[in-house]
Amino acid sequence: MIQTIGTGPDLGVQIMEADKSRATAWRLQFFVVWAIILAGLVGFVMFTVKLDATFLTKVVPFIVGGVGVTIFVSFCSITLAIVLATLGALGRLSRNPVANGIASFYVSLVRGTPLLLQITFIYLALPQAGIVLDAIVCGIIALGFNYGAYMTEIFRAGVQAVPGGQSEAAASLGMSGRTTFLRIVAPQAFRIVIPAIGNDFIAMLKDSSLISVIGVQEILWKAQAAGRPTYQSMQTLIVAALVYWAMTLVFSLFQARLEKRQAVGDRAVNPR
Amino acid sequence: MNKPAAIPSSHVIHASETPGALTPPGSDPIVFATDIEKYFGTNHVLRGCSMTVWPRETIAILGRSGSGKSTFLRCLNFLEEPSAGTVTIDGYPVEAMPFGGRSGHHREQIRKLRISAGMVFQEFNLFPHLSVIGNLTAGPTNVKGMHKKEATELAESYLEKVGLQDKRDEYPARLSGGQRQRVAIARALTMEPKVLLFDEPTSALDPSLVGEVLKVMEDLAHEGQTMIVVTHEMQFAREAADRVYFMDQGVFAEIGPPDRVIDRPQDERTRQFLSRFLGASQGQGMGPGAVPAEQVQPGAAEWPPELLVPPDVPQHDHL
Repeated sequence: MIQTIGTGPDLGVQIMEADKSRATAWRLQFFVVWAIILAGLVGFVMFTVKLDATFLTKVVPFIVGGVGVTIFVSFCSITLAIVLATLGALGRLSRNPVANGIASFYVSLVRGTPLLLQITFIYLALPQAGIVLDAIVCGIIALGFNYGAYMTEIFRAGVQAVPGGQSEAAASLGMSGRTTFLRIVAPQAFRIVIPAIGNDFIAMLKDSSLISVIGVQEILWKAQAAGRPTYQSMQTLIVAALVYWAMTLVFSLFQARLEKRQAVGDRAVNPR
Repeated sequence: MNKPAAIPSSHVIHASETPGALTPPGSDPIVFATDIEKYFGTNHVLRGCSMTVWPRETIAILGRSGSGKSTFLRCLNFLEEPSAGTVTIDGYPVEAMPFGGRSGHHREQIRKLRISAGMVFQEFNLFPHLSVIGNLTAGPTNVKGMHKKEATELAESYLEKVGLQDKRDEYPARLSGGQRQRVAIARALTMEPKVLLFDEPTSALDPSLVGEVLKVMEDLAHEGQTMIVVTHEMQFAREAADRVYFMDQGVFAEIGPPDRVIDRPQDERTRQFLSRFLGASQGQGMGPGAVPAEQVQPGAAEWPPELLVPPDVPQHDHL
């Protein structure tokens, strides 16, 4: 009863072409919106401040010089966070009340207090207890400690997302709980949490700017330092913003690729 | 391992429990399930179930959904912790410890028992991150400490047995349901268990794929692999089983050879169950005149309507 209109086999082609032109129009509008907003922002800046070329050529390399520190801190912190989150997740999944208690206390405390407070606490308060650490070490510890708590919950959810039948099958083969976790559950859980780790790394790149308050010379610290003396913070902060934005875009690209590969893997591995 | 001990002191062998056709004369039973009870909360699911299985026997457990037959099977290898009772496999008794928690010793006992009792699940439960050969070597390498090369050879021989040697390097996701279940059977066999437990192995399969799995199971039965099979496949139970256990509301209501329990059931509950089958499949899968027509109607009429909805019973003819 479908062919009553008599459009014949062309109908499918017509529908496809209509869909395509609609998609093209949508994309066009989308880019126009971006262009307008961008033009507005650039116009606002040009109108507000004088763009001093000599100032910028001096200041841009100085700020971009902070990229290394930002990425170094983020890498170290995410590594620390992964270690803490693995331990935390094991604790949260444990039937042992001591392990579970320690892990949930950690998660609760860290998630219940501001990251900025944690950073300043480690840098400013710990010396009162006789613990004096380098600012960059304080920053890495604080960020790793903080992200570890959030990632604990991600890892726990990843483990719980592995179907119970997997553990039962492993148990029915005679595997111990430990072997079951290491060989069967953990590898599957790891695949599940990889995208989340990528997300957290990108978030960390930006949150690492908080450690500028304890004097670590990363991107934001440098931007503030460069702009303050001559009251040209508008220029330097915009440069810093663009640097963060560019880093985010680059790492998001990696992330998208990884997730795409992951999705292919999942299809090959988990069709239903 | 331990020499098969005498019958556990509290175990009572039912009058209908006699060694199967393939059992070597004079053999001791290999599986004793003694007075298994199971509570889920206050729900009394198993009310004292006992079973005796001799080597090389095939046992079919029948019963409607919710009667407790899968729970009983899962209690045999402690995937469900029984609330009371003892499971003895190959002379190695493990008692239910409902209060004791799982001490290290008890856990180790259970682990040893599970090595003797392989299991095949309704949902296959293959390891999706491992290839077919990886699924098959996982047990021998991780549990028995077998070398990879030796385990691979063993795995390949069992893969050949289920006719899937060409799928050796595929991942489970790329297999059909029937192939997955055959891989799962091969995986259980790689541990060379004394008894294989099947938990409705064909219920999750597309009807057209059931036959290939049942074929593998029938071959195993004829080769003398000891098996306990929870199933809805009447044809399989009739042709491959040495003995049928019919479960109703947590007790074995009727025990006996298939030609008696399926074709001439003595217990009213068994008759009602089978009459539903007859109704659901228009007589397919039932021997001629298996249940007299006059028994079918009253039986069916007594069922509450929700139980008349025919169930997870595959309706097809494949053997």
